[in-house]
Amino acid sequence: MSSKLSTDQVQQIAKIIDEYRDQQGSLIPVLHKVQSIFGYLPDEAQKQVAYGLGIPVAEVYGVVTFYTLFNTEPSGQYIIELCMGTACYVKGAVDVQHEIESQLGIAINETTKDGKFTLRFSRCVGACSLAPFMTIGEDVYGRVKQEDVQRILSKYH
Amino acid sequence: MQLYRAHVLVCGGTGCVTSGCMDVHAELEKQLEKNGLSEEINVIVTGCVGTCDIGPILMVYPEAIFYQKVQVEDVAEIVEEHILKGRPVNRLMYQDKTSEIAEFIEKYYDIDFFNRQTRIVLRNTGVIDSTKIDEYIARDGYQAIAKALTEMKPIEVVEEIKKSGLRGRGGGGFPAGIKLELGHKADGDQKYMICNADEGDPGAFMDRSLLEGDPHSIIEGMMLASYAIGANQGYVYVRAEYPLAVDRLVTAIKQAKEYGLLGDNIFGSGFNYSLDLRVGAGAFVCGEETALMHSIEGLRGEPTPKPPYPTDAGVFGYPSVINNVETIANMPQIILNGSDWFNRFGVENNKGTKVFAVAGNILNTGLVEVELGTTLRTVIFDICGGVPNGKKFKAVQIGGPSGGCIPAEYLDTPITYDSLTSLGAMMGSGGLIVMDEDTCMVDLARFFLDFTQEESCGKCTPCRIGTKRMLEILERITEGHGQPGDIEKLEELAESIGDSSFCGLGRAAPNPILSTLRFFRDEYEAHIDGHKCPAGICKGLLNVEIIEDKCRSCGICARICPVNAIAGQRGQPYVVDQDTCTRCGLCIESCPFDAISKH
Ligand SMILES: Cc1cc2nc3c(=O)[nH]c(=O)nc-3n(C[C@H](O)[C@H](O)[C@H](O)COP(=O)(O)O)c2cc1C
Ligand code: FES
Repeated sequence: MSSKLSTDQVQQIAKIIDEYRDQQGSLIPVLHKVQSIFGYLPDEAQKQVAYGLGIPVAEVYGVVTFYTLFNTEPSGQYIIELCMGTACYVKGAVDVQHEIESQLGIAINETTKDGKFTLRFSRCVGACSLAPFMTIGEDVYGRVKQEDVQRILSKYH
Repeated sequence: MQLYRAHVLVCGGTGCVTSGCMDVHAELEKQLEKNGLSEEINVIVTGCVGTCDIGPILMVYPEAIFYQKVQVEDVAEIVEEHILKGRPVNRLMYQDKTSEIAEFIEKYYDIDFFNRQTRIVLRNTGVIDSTKIDEYIARDGYQAIAKALTEMKPIEVVEEIKKSGLRGRGGGGFPAGIKLELGHKADGDQKYMICNADEGDPGAFMDRSLLEGDPHSIIEGMMLASYAIGANQGYVYVRAEYPLAVDRLVTAIKQAKEYGLLGDNIFGSGFNYSLDLRVGAGAFVCGEETALMHSIEGLRGEPTPKPPYPTDAGVFGYPSVINNVETIANMPQIILNGSDWFNRFGVENNKGTKVFAVAGNILNTGLVEVELGTTLRTVIFDICGGVPNGKKFKAVQIGGPSGGCIPAEYLDTPITYDSLTSLGAMMGSGGLIVMDEDTCMVDLARFFLDFTQEESCGKCTPCRIGTKRMLEILERITEGHGQPGDIEKLEELAESIGDSSFCGLGRAAPNPILSTLRFFRDEYEAHIDGHKCPAGICKGLLNVEIIEDKCRSCGICARICPVNAIAGQRGQPYVVDQDTCTRCGLCIESCPFDAISKH
């Protein structure tokens, strides 16, 4: 994905880089902040970070692809994150997954055609007592059952 | 200082936030205001109380009345009846779910879940407002570091921790005092102290609750350990999946700086200390100490071989000591009360307590802190109430993807580092997932391998290829295509991966398979030889069958079947063609006579 950044975005990134420039090991915190601007890390942004911090582009790319929380593709308006930790698995998260997939016609890590939802797995978020657990954007849902899925998703249509 | 007639504690842990405690909190403030009680009643938002499945939770002191599952609509009643008129609201009180009759338990300290625990590490979580440093200080906070800096030499701190017998709570159980000693003896002006708050094991949330509920205890513990080894810089490495914990820590560090507890010349002792946060980016292997340190350096979080050990060359090549959150949280209590006091808890070689996060098919999920040496039965049945819905207990998974399953026969095993290892499991970080009879152990092994395979960083071949091969075999078995000899192949692979992998991730990856094979070999055999999944979980091994004498040959199932696997004639029971059937289960749901079953 090679999209040009706007001047404003370039400046925002430059500001983040400035803030961290003199700190050792600042690449990961910088990438976190840059990702919060775009929701993902466009190629151009990765390059700017690399030049700004004086790190080879390949190394930045290597770090971005290593960590699962860094995304290189844009995602839908709402990100559905379904926990697939042990507690959630034991309590039936797979049934919830299948229900979401069939309701939205997408598989895991895909985005609906209208760009509304992206479905992802998350690791245990530590809400195991409310398993199966998922988040949609900022909203959290605990003890989700297969039959709840339609009602929950309809809130976002 | 303002005096209040009563205090209302609102649990603000992640579990309760999910259940809506923030709305309840807002409503509470509103109702108090409306009744003119805001000046008399103090509302405190605490960290996780520990009973995460019955939130939102309110506790009213001084009476210590415990309310559960409080909804916004209930708040007015609590304020008007209990707080205004002194008549506690029975229907919202804690209920003992194990008793036959609905029995309401009023007082916090009468609740079995709490009164059977020994809370050293969790002594403040769920009790204080973790965003206020004063509340921590009021509970002897920062006394231990004051004592250390003004009365003790660094080596004396090391000795005290050594004498306490405290062992690492992050998995391996390495003696904490010896690690500090290695750090203390290491040469160099520049040293680092690191707190491992990556808590990657799925199903574990103890460290999260501590960070959220008592962040200052981590800061104080870090200061003590740093003073002991001679480090002026510390890092807390927290996983990004814990935004609330990050938030609480940031606040706590800021307050400690304002109070001069972090910074230069602390307590006039000449000790300078600065503590920073590093947020992970989603990689399980980063919990491994060498990988974590590379991640702090801003690199790919790949493990490197030891030696060099972190205490010789750690972060940026300088001597570093790394400990788990819970290990560090024990330190202030040990320094304050002395190692003799600490030695009173636990059993030989396993001193102190351990916090467990209990979840899965269990009546009371939540956080439990017990003395080491307590039996699994006490934790699972006496404290957490056992398995709900009349189901039978099958096994408990302990130690996450590196651990194993322990079946019912061993429930009376005292929990110690060594007893768990001898059972093929391990202490791990302390996640306990309880499983009932409906769990398929082969499928569970497949689940963990799927996890480790995905999380393998790919650097060493045995782990990268080996976990993939083991996963393929497990997938084949759970899909109904297991072959004779598969079990032996798994055992061979397990042995070679365990021996030749680079880091603990690969070395422990076969554990879930080995332990399920050890205790549930018959289930593997049933899948492979008998083409059956005894628990009825593995879809590829289920048969959908029509019960002849219940079928009224209405034909609904045949019409609804997406692959036309059902056929029949009026007046005769319908039949499922097992070769075509995909076991989707739509027919079962649609049958008006409950005449179709899956087994
Ligand atoms: C794959 C892997 C993951 C680990 N994850 C964690 C973790 O999430 N938290 C933790 O404290 N230790 C974890 N450890 C153990 C650490 O490497 C290290 O032993 C520990 O932080 C030392 O602290 P302690 O002595 O206080 O237990 C992990 C180890 C391995 C091999
Ligand atoms: S396993 Fe899903 S929140 Fe822990």
